Order: sequence, then structure tokens, then C-alpha cells
Amino acid sequence: MKVAVASSGEGLNAPVDMRLGRCANVIVVDTDTMEFEVHSNPGALAGTGAGVAAAQVVADAGAEAAIAGNFGINSLRAFNSGGIAAYVGSGTVGQAVEALLAGELELVE
Amino acid sequence: MSERSKPTVSVAAGKGGTGKTLFATSLAVALSEIHPGQVQLIDCDVEEPNADILLHPQITQHTPVNVLVPQVDLDICTRCGLCAKHCQFSAIAVIRDAVITFPDLCAACGVCAYVCPVGAITEVNRQVGSVAHGSTVRGIEFVQGRLSVGDQRATPVTRATGSCNDDSMITILDAPPGTACPMQETIEFSDYCILVTEPTPFGLANLEDSVETCRRMGIPCGVVINRDQAGRPGVEDYCTREGIDVLLHIPEDREIAEAYARGETLADAFPQWHDELVRVYEDVIRSLSQTATAKVEE
Repeated sequence: MKVAVASSGEGLNAPVDMRLGRCANVIVVDTDTMEFEVHSNPGALAGTGAGVAAAQVVADAGAEAAIAGNFGINSLRAFNSGGIAAYVGSGTVGQAVEALLAGELELVE
Repeated sequence: MSERSKPTVSVAAGKGGTGKTLFATSLAVALSEIHPGQVQLIDCDVEEPNADILLHPQITQHTPVNVLVPQVDLDICTRCGLCAKHCQFSAIAVIRDAVITFPDLCAACGVCAYVCPVGAITEVNRQVGSVAHGSTVRGIEFVQGRLSVGDQRATPVTRATGSCNDDSMITILDAPPGTACPMQETIEFSDYCILVTEPTPFGLANLEDSVETCRRMGIPCGVVINRDQAGRPGVEDYCTREGIDVLLHIPEDREIAEAYARGETLADAFPQWHDELVRVYEDVIRSLSQTATAKVEE
């Protein structure tokens, strides 16, 4: 499964960003191998529609779930409509993915 | 401005609460006395329209203001994602099998429908505000735009309101505060912009922004100093330095504030202000005709 994590950095040891829409990068982790890709978030500096832009990056990367410190109303609407699960996570990207796999993260709708 | 049409004067201010609406409505009332049936007041401050509180018009008609937003036919759509890729406002997203539109974010540019390779997107109307039409007991033609609650795109409503400008009448446009798009959209309809300010450092800073906006747009401007007090020469000095006409001083005065709080214009509450207000308008006309003459001589 591919999981997209909002982050201010570029790897598994980078912190989870508090906000999906304004995160610098969306890090897409393959949970089978823990390999990852870094996608820059065009929403980071957008005037409006940041959450939608970030959600589009998550979807285009083929992720089935997204993790961030928080989600805005527009990104949640996009994820809910498209069937991508949104989870609140913290710590590093790696820790957040492990927590998701352990069933410890809260699902937001 | 053609020779036959009457000039349109906008009233703007760099910040809210400087007395812009008080001055605009007072000017309209004073002019309606000497030009009965020929004055139009248009309230373009669609995010917080309030000229009605001072003019007490009877509204006879409301016209909707619509913008275009995309509507996607999911049976035709192939989920290719080109619309989302090209939208500069992230107002449409293709998330797996779902196509989601965000009308609040849409700027109505139509690029989504343009790039759609299968013609799945049509643009449909969405109401974002309305324009009220009516008149006052003094025969002032009254127009007022209002942005719908919860909507954030003021500019299309401002444009629709300002375009009710009737060339055959003396039109006063009450502009939104600030110098952003809705203000520019409003003053673009005018031949001359009257900038209302206060004699404070804050008032001066905002006035400088307003003057720069008018100059860049090529709209001549003059200044009304409201709540004027002795010993505060900053705005006056600035206008002298920049060669900007100071058209009127309205003093800091409790009686004016009280009349305003009762919903009365300067012209309603204080007949002695009539001549001064009419004189301001005549100064504006003179300034415009001098500019026109200078242009011909060039």
C-alpha cells in the first residue's frame, strides 16, 4: 500500500507537517518496502486552494491513505469523495507510517 | 467621458471608516437639490454595503449576479485529470474516480472546459450576489451591490454594480475601502476619484497608497480631509508636495457624528454644507475640463 505523508522535509526521518495544504513535500511511502518518493506540494505557496492542490498530488501518486497533523475542509472533501483515507499523525514520517500500520492513528472524515 | 455624458465621480479611501460613505451620500443629496432627477448614487462596497442607511431608498428591484462555474458530466469524463492540472486556482480535482469542483475557489476562467478533450465540462451560472435598484424621496437613483453571505469573490459583484452607471446622469460611486481589486474595479468606471482621509499618520499612509493606485490607473484624484483638526498638517503638506487638490475639510465635530449616527447625511442635517458640497463637485468638473483642454493643446 502507498501512504502519502505531509512533511516539511525529504525523508523518513523528516517531521510530519502540521498542515497538509501548506506542507513543503508529500512523501509517498510504499509500506511493503518502506521505499519512498518525494513530491513537492504546489499548494505550499498557492494563494488559495492549497489543500486541493496537495490532495491532487496525493491522488496522482496513487496513495490510498494520507497522513498529516491536520486537514482542511477542502482536502477532506476531496479525499472523502475519492475514497482516500485521511489520518492524523505526528512525529517523523517513518514513525507515522509505522503507527498507521499498527492501527494507532485516528481516521478523520 | 464624451461631451454629452455627465462625469462619474468615485469616492474611495485607503481604509474603512474614514467617512467615505458619509461624503458620497452627502454629495449626492446636495447635488440632487440643484440637479433634481439627475443624480445616481451607486454603492459598490458589496462586502459591506451601507449607503442605504443614510439615503433610505425604496428598493424596487433586485437583479442576480452570476459567475460561471464548471459542471462535469461524469458519464462522458474519462478522469484524465487535464482540467485539474490546468486550473490555476485548484478549483477542480480528480481524485481517483471522483471529480470534485470547489465553486468558492473558481475564478470562472473556463480553462477546464477549454482543455477537456471529450467535452465533459460545461460552464453553468452560480449566483454570488445581487444588485438592488431603487430611488430616494429626493429622486436620487439608488443602486447597491451585495455579495452573497459566505461568498468571497467580491469583484464580479462590484463590476456588475458599477456597470449600472448611467452616462446621462451625475453618478457618484461609493467604492469599497482599500486599494485592492474591488476598489480598482469601481474607480475604473469613474472620470475622477475623490479620496477621503483623516489627518493621522495612518490616514496619510493609506492616502499615499490610494493616490498611487489612481495615478497608475490614470484617474485624476483630489482629497477630502474628514475629522480635520488644527495642528495636524501631515495630509495637507503631503497634498501640497504632490500637487493634489484638497477639495474639502470636514472638521472633527460631535454634531456631525451625532447626525451620522441618526442616519442623516451632512446635507440633510446641516443646510450650510450644501454650497460647500456643490462647490466640491464644481471644482472637480473644472479640474476635468482643464485636463481635457490641456490634452487638446498638446
